[in-house]
Amino acid sequence: MQLNVNNKAVDADVAAEMPLLWVLRDTLGMTGTKFGCGIAQCGACTVHVDGVPTRSCVTPAGSVGAKKVTTIEGLSANGDHPLQKAWIAEGVPQCGYCQSGQLMTAAALLKKNPKPNRKQIVDAMSGNICRCGTYHQIVKAIERASGGNAAAKPAVKA
Amino acid sequence: MTSRINTLTLSRRQFLVGSGSVAIGVAFGVPALTASRRAAAQAASLAPNQWITIGTDGIVTIISPASEMGQGTMTAMPLCVAEDLDADWSKVKVVQSGHNPKAYGNKLFGGIMATGASRTTRGYYELLRIAGAQARLVLLGAAADKWNVPQSELTTEPGVVWHKASNRSMAYGDIAAFAKVPAQLPVVTAAQLKPIKDCRYIGKDIERIDIADKTRGAAMYGIDTRLPGMLYGAVLRPPMHKDKMVSMDDAGARAVKGFIKTVPLPYGVGVIADNTWAARQAKDALKVTWANDSITKSYTSSEVLKSYQAAASDLDLAKAGVEVEKHGAGNANIKGAAKVLKADFLTEHMAHMCLEPMNATAQWSGDDRIEIWAPTQSPSIATLISSIVTKVPGQNIKVNTTLLGGGFGRRVDADFVLDAVLLAKAADGKPVKVTWTREDDVKNDKYRPMVAQHVEVGLDANNNIVGWHHRLAGESIYARANPNAFKAAGGRDAPFDEGAEFIYDIHDSLIEFARQERGVDVGFWRAVGGGYSKHAVETMIDEVAAANKADPVDFRLKLLAKKPRAQAVIREVAKMADWKKKRPAGRALGVAYSDMWETHIAEVVEVSVNKKSGKITVHNVWAAVDTGVAVMPRNVATQVEGAIVYGLSGSLKEQVTFVNGAVQQSNFHDYPVARMNEIPPIHVKVMVTDNPPGGVGECGLPPIAPAIANAVAKLTGKRLRHQPFNAERVKALLA
Ligand code: FES
Ligand code: FES
Repeated sequence: MQLNVNNKAVDADVAAEMPLLWVLRDTLGMTGTKFGCGIAQCGACTVHVDGVPTRSCVTPAGSVGAKKVTTIEGLSANGDHPLQKAWIAEGVPQCGYCQSGQLMTAAALLKKNPKPNRKQIVDAMSGNICRCGTYHQIVKAIERASGGNAAAKPAVKA
Repeated sequence: MTSRINTLTLSRRQFLVGSGSVAIGVAFGVPALTASRRAAAQAASLAPNQWITIGTDGIVTIISPASEMGQGTMTAMPLCVAEDLDADWSKVKVVQSGHNPKAYGNKLFGGIMATGASRTTRGYYELLRIAGAQARLVLLGAAADKWNVPQSELTTEPGVVWHKASNRSMAYGDIAAFAKVPAQLPVVTAAQLKPIKDCRYIGKDIERIDIADKTRGAAMYGIDTRLPGMLYGAVLRPPMHKDKMVSMDDAGARAVKGFIKTVPLPYGVGVIADNTWAARQAKDALKVTWANDSITKSYTSSEVLKSYQAAASDLDLAKAGVEVEKHGAGNANIKGAAKVLKADFLTEHMAHMCLEPMNATAQWSGDDRIEIWAPTQSPSIATLISSIVTKVPGQNIKVNTTLLGGGFGRRVDADFVLDAVLLAKAADGKPVKVTWTREDDVKNDKYRPMVAQHVEVGLDANNNIVGWHHRLAGESIYARANPNAFKAAGGRDAPFDEGAEFIYDIHDSLIEFARQERGVDVGFWRAVGGGYSKHAVETMIDEVAAANKADPVDFRLKLLAKKPRAQAVIREVAKMADWKKKRPAGRALGVAYSDMWETHIAEVVEVSVNKKSGKITVHNVWAAVDTGVAVMPRNVATQVEGAIVYGLSGSLKEQVTFVNGAVQQSNFHDYPVARMNEIPPIHVKVMVTDNPPGGVGECGLPPIAPAIANAVAKLTGKRLRHQPFNAERVKALLA
């Protein structure tokens, strides 16, 4: 089948019911999108399908068709999406494993709602688990990226 | 921006100190370093010791010895080297060490390579600073010879040696081009290290080197390993722990597109396929008949916990336990005490739920060489276990430690590594990556032990403590995971019992461990013993305070009069929380303290309870922590916060239950963990002192459960003694 991933047409010889997640990771070698639960519970596998945040672990590849898939690798050209910059400034990631999914969910939120309040942020983000407990740093980073509350002092670049 | 992560192909290089070679897996730093420059730097370089290589291009490569699982060690440890080397941090490249315990082992683990028990900074801090200082002296010596000036006239700025008298300078890279490592390395002692106040990097919140990659999907975890010709595996394990296969029908598996083969294993059945999805489909299609008979057959947690409780509280059975610690008269005075407070504390099994499920990749060459890529907390244990099972000698097993998507103690074990090793053995020299499903992970964890504790406290007529008796009963962690240490300690289980040791100023106490042997594997869950032992200790201290009609903060301060660091964090947290201020109706504060892993921490929580539903809401958490020297203070604060979140989640809702040896939970829907909408504001204050750095990754966890229990007691008069404090249990208690 043909897919459109990060604005590129790609071919994948896979069964239609194979979840998009495994096509991305195993067939296309794009490992930025993570596997965490396989049942739409954790959000680690979140990608955008035509801009809509989507759990790729439960999305059959055959259902995607010509829709545009955006993964963390395609969120920005040089890792400089305002959210990515804010994530670095706030030092959000610990183990980092959940963060691709967190960023993709947050990016979809800001696209729909460029200035979310705290409750809207928490509502949008509560589907994404961070086992390391970086939740408060995530909120601060989203607020920073959306020009909201004054955020913490960033770490020093030596 | 180019990726800051370099997967290097230069797989081995010799170092002058230490006998071993280093296998290089992941590396961070120096974004602009091109392949040709990198090669040049490696061709001509100076390696003053096993930690440091200085290239002629000025790039300083520093080895990071511990596994990076989110705690920041891949920045913090090299930063200690860079500090005393006076390296230019922007020219530092960090490389994860290969498995070479002789060169990089942690003395606190008897020289093996392992990351856990909050021992990395404690084990390496001084050593790495000395290594940096030593290398700096090598550079100074070479520059002094070159200029023919006394070494004492030389100084350094990051990456540069200066002779101020003649206004000359030489970059480290230039010195590396001609310097020789002296036969006798300069000796540096800890006393010669510069004081913290003069440090450029330590204590300054330098940005972590792994952060940028982790925002771009570029960080490579074990699960992201991809090798030429790689195959994908899955392993089916029996529902009843330790059960055995009787027969298997793999016809259904064979029909799956991409299926390659089934591989019977000593503990289950493996499947190899050409992608992860196919391997899982094939695994699900296996029809296996299990013997339905194992040591865990009667293991139903609700029943077993009752028997543990009986064992913990039956003091006549004292013979069946071992003494962990005894001070003064132990429990002897409790008999004649004016008053005796008695309580039982219970905790259920819990799962780690690292967000990256267990996985590993392995490749055999011939029948006596194995290479492994794994998100492991201990390449030494991964090597040992693989060697024992395959009979391949340890020196023929090469372990590459990848990044870890969470560890929390789970990845000290090597069961998931063995999956890859055994499947790869059947793969004709091709690499095989085995990735567990979340269900595999939940059902086959090395759980936090289910524990019953019995505590008796004797009080005299004035409510002074005259005896303290604490018995812990449960399946041993060390008897399974570290049998030699268990035996050597006479049947004491250091991680199981930790946190029970008595820290308050009283004279007579006795702590005992009553080992239970029911055959379910238990392991290291963040903070290990501290997650339940502090629940018991800190709750009982509150009860003694209540018997004395004393304020819990004042009472602790009195019993810790000889411990100024303890007093300081307790005073500070009381100030942060405004402890004596009246709270809104329906809310109350609770406090708890811990000094585990040489870090002092006090926490206060503000809670309310819905008496109808039993649901506890935590509104605020305050923590004051003194970990001594904080290498990266902001990172200390987020580690403490992360452990508080982990602890809130565990003590309020997490629970694994067994019925007849089979785990009843399977994924995040029936083993929920804390989400963003459940997390209260958390206020952490890092109180930097000049004491040697203590452990950071776990210290935030132990106080959280007792602080909640103490707050609920203030609010309701009822003591929460059974973790997790889920709504059902709290409702029953309040009824
Ligand atoms: S892996 Fe898709 S939601 Fe967890
Ligand atoms: S940073 Fe580890 S799971 Fe979120």
